[in-house]
Amino acid sequence: MLLIPCPWCGPREEAEFHYGGQAHVAYPDDPAALSDEEWARYLFFRDNPKGVFAERWSHSAGCRRWFNALRDTATNEIHAVYRVGEPRPVTS
Amino acid sequence: MAERRSPAAAFAGRFAAASEGGALRLAELPFRTQLNLRVDPASPAARDLGDALGAPLPVEPCTAVTAGDVTVAWLGPDEWLVIAPPGHRPELLSKALGDRHGSVVDVSAQRTTLLVGGPRARDLLAHGCALDLHPSVFGPGRCAQTTLARAQVVLLPQADGVHVLVRSSFAAYLAEWLLDAATEYLR
Repeated sequence: MLLIPCPWCGPREEAEFHYGGQAHVAYPDDPAALSDEEWARYLFFRDNPKGVFAERWSHSAGCRRWFNALRDTATNEIHAVYRVGEPRPVTS
Repeated sequence: MAERRSPAAAFAGRFAAASEGGALRLAELPFRTQLNLRVDPASPAARDLGDALGAPLPVEPCTAVTAGDVTVAWLGPDEWLVIAPPGHRPELLSKALGDRHGSVVDVSAQRTTLLVGGPRARDLLAHGCALDLHPSVFGPGRCAQTTLARAQVVLLPQADGVHVLVRSSFAAYLAEWLLDAATEYLR
């Protein structure tokens, strides 16, 4: 089980969290102007890296706040967590 | 007048029997007033609410302050739970908030309070909770939202033991679980 450091509550068990997919997927400026293909690309196409991945988590059994985490998809190591609205931290 | 029955009322006898050995003290503290408070902690409204409560709203995560018989527990960066004895009136806080941005909601019926006290209280809770409950890091003045035996709870360490705030619909399950987990501490 992962030990995920909630930016508010500190390290908690993975079972207290819900996963929210890739972070920093910006809502289109003018959704009505998108073609079907562009809309599908916005809705369904996500990065799938082997390595550091910025993703959203919700501490649903704790403070119920959404936050972002940089997790290595190969090792499950969590390099950083940061609050919604904060820029993605630079990791080596 | 309608009969008012607390969610764990049926466990009073078994709680009392489990408390006889002295290692544990189990009880339900029913009908306590609970108010959900949401306001921007940096706003003047938050300060006025703190004045009305008699203590500033705690802004450090997972802490609680007690002023008189009222306890204010941190639930989130803009959310608090005010816990008061049964019959406490929420109008005072609504008046302090006025028509400013925020909310005061009476959620007294949402959760009931189970008291887990006695020398083995933390051992008992550790059966179903992964948090460090040692008094050096989790004493009075702290609070935690977590899961106990997979049920969502708010844990409030107080002088008489740990107050376990659990949803009314989970209260019977958690009471059964506590009594089962307590078996090894009973004589």
